[in-house]
Amino acid sequence: MSGHSTYQPKTGFERWLDARLPIIRLGYDSFVDYPTPRNLNYWWTFGGILSLCLASQLITGIILVMHYTPSADHAFASVEHIMRDVNYGWLIRYMHANGASMFFIAVYIHMMRGLYYGSYKAPREVLWLLGCVIYLLMMATAFMGYVLPWGQMSFHGAVVITNLFGALPIVGESITTWLWGGFAVDNATLNRFFSLHYLLPFMIAGVVILHIWALHVVGQNNPTGVEPKSKADTVPFTPYATVKDGFAMSVFLILFAFFVFYMPNALGHADNYIEANPLVTPSHIVPEWYFLPFYAILRAVPDKLMGVLAMFGAIACLFALPWLDTSKVRSMRYRPTAKVYFMIFVVACCILGLCGAKLPDDKVIPHLTTFKLIDADLNSFVWLSRFASLYYFAFFLVILPILGLKEKPLPVPESIASPALTEKKG
Amino acid sequence: MLRKLSIIAAVAGLAFAGQALAAGHPLPPKDVQWSFEGPFGKFDQAQLQRGYKVYREVCSSCHSMKLLSFRNLGDKGGPFYNEKYKNSNDNPWVKAIAKDYEVADIDSETGDAIKRPATSADRFPSPFANEVAARGANGGALPPDMSLLAKARSGGPDYIYSLLTGYVDPPAGLKVGPGQHYNPYMPGDLTAYWSGSHEHVPPGGFIAMAQPLKDGQVTFDDGTKSTLDQQAKDVSAFLMWAAEPKLEERKQTGFAVIIYLLLLSGLLYASYKTVWRNESH
Repeated sequence: MSGHSTYQPKTGFERWLDARLPIIRLGYDSFVDYPTPRNLNYWWTFGGILSLCLASQLITGIILVMHYTPSADHAFASVEHIMRDVNYGWLIRYMHANGASMFFIAVYIHMMRGLYYGSYKAPREVLWLLGCVIYLLMMATAFMGYVLPWGQMSFHGAVVITNLFGALPIVGESITTWLWGGFAVDNATLNRFFSLHYLLPFMIAGVVILHIWALHVVGQNNPTGVEPKSKADTVPFTPYATVKDGFAMSVFLILFAFFVFYMPNALGHADNYIEANPLVTPSHIVPEWYFLPFYAILRAVPDKLMGVLAMFGAIACLFALPWLDTSKVRSMRYRPTAKVYFMIFVVACCILGLCGAKLPDDKVIPHLTTFKLIDADLNSFVWLSRFASLYYFAFFLVILPILGLKEKPLPVPESIASPALTEKKG
Repeated sequence: MLRKLSIIAAVAGLAFAGQALAAGHPLPPKDVQWSFEGPFGKFDQAQLQRGYKVYREVCSSCHSMKLLSFRNLGDKGGPFYNEKYKNSNDNPWVKAIAKDYEVADIDSETGDAIKRPATSADRFPSPFANEVAARGANGGALPPDMSLLAKARSGGPDYIYSLLTGYVDPPAGLKVGPGQHYNPYMPGDLTAYWSGSHEHVPPGGFIAMAQPLKDGQVTFDDGTKSTLDQQAKDVSAFLMWAAEPKLEERKQTGFAVIIYLLLLSGLLYASYKTVWRNESH
């Protein structure tokens, strides 16, 4: 896909450097001359948006560390010092806190795009796997970052999540103690989470480089799922993709700014403005919104160990996806049946998110008591989350493997340019 | 397909609406029109000054405000900000307020523990030496620190206002323990104290603080009539300022940033259209 380089050093310095370290050539081949399919839609702009999110998180994070004190006694007050006494500290902190949410909004859209257009299929399996690794690292980073302000939700969230490892047989208890650095979530836990929260983003950046490398080897997928065949199918990355990505980034920044400046605490929990107190447990411990679907899967299973396994299994499904989907057709644009199942999958994920935010025994439809099934009323969020979890797993483990063999896809266009030049895209 | 989705959405919507009114939950806070709401919201300085007076004369006898220094009162957007004193440490109103407080210090000659009048740079001293003392003086309950209270409760200033004005006699059939007070806006579960049917558990919970504000409790220097409602509003606004002192700066910066981003997006869209004008896609 990358083909051979067309870079022509123009100045003497460029020729000199090119013979020693062809870094300008690398940049030129990757971000200027790189051929991109001409039919990419706005769903393809989220890769660029995600690099923007990562850069923003790194910069704001590094500045926050200049003022933050990683200590159980001082962390909470030092965050408030940033909010009150550091010049534009409120801006940096709100950008970092809301930036995490923006990062996850973008990554979920990016993943759903990959899912819909079959971007995980050969030869892009490694590209997809690297993406899954980034997502896993993002979750670890976000979780540890949320602990750092040392508020009530930070503390008790950390207790709940680290205790999950305690469910593992035999080694569980040792692992939790090892994670905590003691026998409870305390100063040692805070300090190691801080250390790792600083380390992991650079690991993310490293895997992002691999992700982009893999992308440039196999080339971008596109809405038709048909590989570019000739020069007519592609346009050079610059200016075509850069300007489109730039526009999308700018629009995304408006959403970001709206949260930062007008509703900076809307995505957080009020309890996190109360300093951590191990003796007082909040009445309702909820993780950040981007973990809610997994939290719902965890609570859907009555057995703790099985719940933990189900939660990790939900992520494992993503890793196995390239080998679960048996369809020869990449894009769901030409898979009408798969498209419907995909839409239901998106809804199921949203329902899981809703369930994660609710108390398991709360009623879905108020004032309606149906009948008790096993351990809870059928009209409860725990049962809703069970149905949604079931669909989540069925989508990966049953629907995609079987559907690919049984369905009758629509005819796939000969090339990218042919439908793009004749009909208006669907 | 679409119909199925809309049914699911409708059910989810109903679930959300119904939850808030279910028995056992506190009443939703009253919706107050604050001057600091909306994209151009600003604190009302006169209101903040009245609110500070309520805090000083009533709340501060039990509630600490550890994260604030006296100088914050004179910061831009604060209750005693004055253009003449850009450095709030020099603000004479702030200095005068600070001088009324005593703070612990060490004598620089002898090293003895002493008390001295506070300066603008000092933090607000807490009414109790430690948590045990605070609980001991309040029947076992800990009066929460007020620095962040307006952000640490869902509903924020609306909730604080509703709680302060929401004290009512407990409904017949509710057993109120000694040192407890019924408030329908307080989160809690009263099922265990309720003798009536489980379907009609009263909303709200118990609070250890007796109704703190009453009509005429504080005399406002600007002649504003000192009703319970007025005091509650003013102190809630003051606490919102205490929790988020950079609110005005944030909203003003945000307006400029969003205008800039809208223009940038417009320009980028025009560039996009220009670049792609000859390419079908």
